[in-house]
Amino acid sequence: MLNLIWLFLLLGGISVAALNGRIELVTETLFKGANEGVRMCLDLIGLMALWLGMLEIARQAGLIRLVARLVRPLTVLLFPEVPPRHPALGAIIMNISANILGLGNAATPFGLKAMEELQKLNPHPDTASDAMCTFLAANTSCLTLIPATMIGVRVAAGSHNPTEIVGPTIFATGFSMVFVLAVDFLWRNFLRARFRRLKKC
Amino acid sequence: MLELILNQVSRWAIPALFFTFLFLGWVRRVPVYEAFIQGASEGFYTAVRIIPYLVAMFVAIKVFRVSGAMELLTRFLAPLLELLGLPAEVFPLAVMRPLSGSSALGIATELIKTHGPDSFIGRLASVMQGTTDTTFFVLTIYFGSVGVKRYRHAVALGLLADLTGLFASLLICRHLFG
Repeated sequence: MLNLIWLFLLLGGISVAALNGRIELVTETLFKGANEGVRMCLDLIGLMALWLGMLEIARQAGLIRLVARLVRPLTVLLFPEVPPRHPALGAIIMNISANILGLGNAATPFGLKAMEELQKLNPHPDTASDAMCTFLAANTSCLTLIPATMIGVRVAAGSHNPTEIVGPTIFATGFSMVFVLAVDFLWRNFLRARFRRLKKC
Repeated sequence: MLELILNQVSRWAIPALFFTFLFLGWVRRVPVYEAFIQGASEGFYTAVRIIPYLVAMFVAIKVFRVSGAMELLTRFLAPLLELLGLPAEVFPLAVMRPLSGSSALGIATELIKTHGPDSFIGRLASVMQGTTDTTFFVLTIYFGSVGVKRYRHAVALGLLADLTGLFASLLICRHLFG
């Protein structure tokens, strides 16, 4: 799937540039894009180190285990194949919490840590496990309490009420998170089996 | 009032979190400095491992946008989105959002500046930007960092999340500000 999307983006982009007579832009953009990818990673190194360092302190202090125990009913439901005491759950919870609080730059390190732990449980390392798909669904649809960036943009643009978007954002993200996790749950538990049986017929 | 509270929360969140971690570590007799170094040293390798994936994604998305293909796609999808009640001005934001966070933020900022932050479009753009996520970016670096190549239904779920967020934003904004 991603193969096709990637191919579509590049081939489509180059073709349209050629048709628009802006082919020289492609060369420049290719090099710029490559550099930007690396620069982004350099920015990430510091953040990753900082947050994973703090996470390790929290883990050794038993904080992660405590939080994991509190949300266990939910994680057992959503991640049935992850053992209830597995460190993956701690990282998943930290990632989701960071997302909810709008700490975008803390969410990525925790998320990558969670993926690493989930990969240890994955019987087919080149294929995403069910738990990984559920985790990514939770991550991309995540509830947001404080859309801090957008509040900032609105303040800068001189809004009379910059925080009026908080309520709608909580509603919309809350709705999409519940909806997507429900779809994933139904797919995993009921629909997939039926779908396979249909195909066999 | 709410604004004041929210501003204070975002000011205090990270310092409070660091304080809690460190204080608890101290109380529980964790060798905090060593623990920090131990965790932090993993950060470097993870960040370096995702370079190829970041380069691949950035190159493709940038070429697609600079060439004008993005505009074409938006125009192509416009009738479909219009059918669903989305104002034409926010199409580019809706299409760009799963691909690139910084470009989407750029488009949202532009919309807010042009139409005013308190216009319907300004509010809708604000909520949409806060509601959806850079799905392709997240998929690429999360799966890339551990070497997963077959994404299975994660792509569909991620895009479903964006689509649901998009329409939930539209509905709630219509209802509240329409």
